[in-house]
Amino acid sequence: MTISGTHPDVVVIGAGALGAATAWFATRAGLTVEVVERGSIVSGTTSACEGNLLVSDKEAGPELDLALLSHDLWRGELGELGGLWEFEEKGGLVVAATSGGMAGLTELTERQRAAGIEVREVAADEIHHYEPHLTPELAGAAFYPQDCQVQPMLMAAHLLRLARQQGARVRTGTTVTGFLRDGDRVTGVRTDCGDISAGHVVNAAGTWAGEMAALAGVDVPVLPRRGFILVTEPLPPTVFHKVYAGEYVASTQSSDEGLQTSTVIEGTRSGTVLIGSSRERVGFDRTVSLSALREIASKALALYPSLAPVSLMRTYLGFRPYCPDHLPVIGTDPRAPGLAHVAGHEGAGIGLSVGSAKLLVEAMTGATPTIDITPFRPERFSLQEVS
Amino acid sequence: MTDQVNLTFDGVTITAAAGQSVGAALTDAGIRSWRSTRRGDRPRGLFCGIGVCFDCLVTVDGRPNQRACLVPVRDGMRLESGGLREVSARG
Amino acid sequence: MARFDLAVVGAGPAGLSAAVTAAENGLTVALVDAGTQPGGQFWRHPDEHHPRPDEGRGQHLWSRFTDLRTRLRALESGAATAGRVELVVGHQVWFVETLAEGFMLHLSATHGETRLPQVRAASLVLCPGGYDRQLPVPGWELPGVMAAGGVQALLKAHRSVAGRRAVVAGTGPFLLPVAAGLAQAGADVVAICEAGSLSGWARSPLGAAGVPSKALEAVEYAALLARHRIPYRMRTVITAIRGESEVGSVGLGRLDRNGRLRTDVSLPDLDVDLVAFGWGFTPSLELVTAVGASTRVDVDESLIADVDDWQRTDVPGAYVAGEATGVGGALLAVAEGELAALAASRDAGRPVSEARARSLQRQIARGRRFAATMHRAHPVPAGWQDWLEPDTTVCRCEETTLGEICAATKELGATDARTVKLLARPGMGWCQGRVCGFAAAKLAIPVGEALTASDLAPLAKRTFAAPVSLETLATTPTESDSATSHDNDA
Repeated sequence: MTISGTHPDVVVIGAGALGAATAWFATRAGLTVEVVERGSIVSGTTSACEGNLLVSDKEAGPELDLALLSHDLWRGELGELGGLWEFEEKGGLVVAATSGGMAGLTELTERQRAAGIEVREVAADEIHHYEPHLTPELAGAAFYPQDCQVQPMLMAAHLLRLARQQGARVRTGTTVTGFLRDGDRVTGVRTDCGDISAGHVVNAAGTWAGEMAALAGVDVPVLPRRGFILVTEPLPPTVFHKVYAGEYVASTQSSDEGLQTSTVIEGTRSGTVLIGSSRERVGFDRTVSLSALREIASKALALYPSLAPVSLMRTYLGFRPYCPDHLPVIGTDPRAPGLAHVAGHEGAGIGLSVGSAKLLVEAMTGATPTIDITPFRPERFSLQEVS
Repeated sequence: MTDQVNLTFDGVTITAAAGQSVGAALTDAGIRSWRSTRRGDRPRGLFCGIGVCFDCLVTVDGRPNQRACLVPVRDGMRLESGGLREVSARG
Repeated sequence: MARFDLAVVGAGPAGLSAAVTAAENGLTVALVDAGTQPGGQFWRHPDEHHPRPDEGRGQHLWSRFTDLRTRLRALESGAATAGRVELVVGHQVWFVETLAEGFMLHLSATHGETRLPQVRAASLVLCPGGYDRQLPVPGWELPGVMAAGGVQALLKAHRSVAGRRAVVAGTGPFLLPVAAGLAQAGADVVAICEAGSLSGWARSPLGAAGVPSKALEAVEYAALLARHRIPYRMRTVITAIRGESEVGSVGLGRLDRNGRLRTDVSLPDLDVDLVAFGWGFTPSLELVTAVGASTRVDVDESLIADVDDWQRTDVPGAYVAGEATGVGGALLAVAEGELAALAASRDAGRPVSEARARSLQRQIARGRRFAATMHRAHPVPAGWQDWLEPDTTVCRCEETTLGEICAATKELGATDARTVKLLARPGMGWCQGRVCGFAAAKLAIPVGEALTASDLAPLAKRTFAAPVSLETLATTPTESDSATSHDNDA
């Protein structure tokens, strides 16, 4: 059965941040778009994260290039829309507890500065000018003015709305059950509501993108990495930047299976303070680990002792889409022409969504890529490359 | 006759019957709101009256965000109206 | 850490009955309640440390309570059975861990110092009760507008009268005792506004025949209303609440037989300083979902625990009794609590009276039929959204307006309650959607559609069942790192 009257240029699978950004850039490029989503809009990892646009946790390399491209887009092409999704150039403050940690942070900032990241060192006795509530027991910090924050659900929902205004169609409650094929070529999707044939099919299924790729017969190793976030009662402005411990960068790059926690704290427009973070490779297990929550709280209090009496109203968990080499998957898939992927951004998908979507749409339309896309190619994990 | 206790609300003394809740004491004193909302700066007091809605938050002896409907009065108790908790710098 | 055979959460009619029954059967029991003394909302009464001769004023089934209290005291400190029950009042459960065997409750004091931070028990009877269901009305955030149960609690426990000139509004038989209580305490009750019409249940054969005491109560209330000259206005709703810093008056509307607002009837405003609202009850489900028990939607569109005919959930060792299995009143709750305790005892290998259990099961079945009849006679009126304005507050905590919710659905494409919450924030504040959850869920789906468990369950999930300080969380001992609570937000 074919859903009548629809032959879009692009079908996007997934209505999260990546799917929404892809829909928006595709409609801007003049393509007709349909988004299919098995749940509701923004119902996956987009609704279970913090909305970070970070350069501070990156070093020279393809992910930094993508982050800087995204940063330019958030401020430039999407700059006028920032108010819709609480875009805030709040800056990030990375703190070091010990002089050894500060030495490591200083080395990192030197490399980052050489790579084009804006960063300034903050002496221990200056930290309170940035964050008056931070513990005085710190060796130093580094401030990254380019670090930003958005409200991720509003961001994705508004990009979908704007795409719809350009003619895109969003079908929620529609599950992709297979792909239409012409030989190796992917020519559309089968869904539980009917078939949709399309010029391109974009796998933007987030943490479930690996399963979706498998359905198309190609290997894209996106795996879940669980994280918890604590949410405080609404407070007056208390945490002014995105504040995190220097160890956070190491933990984002680690591939350990066990529980890792590293402190990330930020305020929101609604007055709540979001406190993370944890990383565990436990599949899609939704059971709440009290020990993980306890460790997050304990580490946060080491940085912000005065938050001790503050109430937590809730906690939520999410599954970061994680690739073994910690790089996202962006691009058309030569193993299945007609299929493209944009997924696997781990904890950085919100910030990187716009750069990723722009690059993908360039790839699909044959435009000159703004930056080199080959480090993100989806087939890089396949056996042929290893041998 | 029940025991009377004295407490203060924003510095003004009110009396209550021992065993009453702070919310009941304020109600009997004719005080119907003691908190303002974050977004609209609107007055709030008792609503659900049984600890569910958190509308009746009040500062009790310096501890913010106590539910007035659940906290029993105590002689000498200090109640303060207000809004959000202030987090002390470098506490 | 304290270890028990059984933990009972909630010391209202169901929980008291469960704790006393289980302890009399030989189990060691921890009975936890957020209130300062047993009784729950139904038997809320003055502080027992300051005894009053009129302790039972305004109460129903009071001798049931005093009997349970006497037995409870014996089980706490009586010569033969002392120590069978540890009563932990003034404490709330903020987290429940499901262990390989049994459960660990993490507790905090509702005020002051925490006496008992953890309770470990082999099995668990959840009797969390419920609270008044609310619907938004323009102006309902003004001081002087209260839940009917809150007005009742002030009267019963504190002898405080929340206002001098009151209107009691909403739907259901609970409006009657609240109005009667106010009138007896000296308030001028200018009207009871009942959205339904009594033709449904007062004359219902099931209602009268099934639970005779209810019919007797109705007769008593009719006499009380007559004595205090309280007008009982059916198919009448409050459509607006006016005032500057507090309630000054309310606007009224008349409903047609389909529950829609009649535009051809204009009623004069009422000058009042107190509005007491109740639209039935919402059961507290956070602990039920935290242990991972299955839920379903009841006749009254409340999310409830799905239990078998022994009050068992589908989680081994977890039982639910009282309003959380379906709103049905105190008598039903007492029976369910007793049965849950018998089931827990029986499942723990202790002998129980099968005849007593069968008798309770019959009583519960009868109570459930009566409750269903009552719910059908007192639905939330179909037209409740007719009198809302775009700037009407829906979520009192986050001050989310109807207009903002409509923007989330109509402009941003939210198609369910969870997405509306994510985009417009109803239910994101202090009360975590306890008050606005029902209305927000209804507003997220097309008018006239019934709520499903998948609409309600994401809103009832509160991993922290009560706010917890960072300090408490950071220092709480956990029984095991594999211990878990369930996040059913799939």
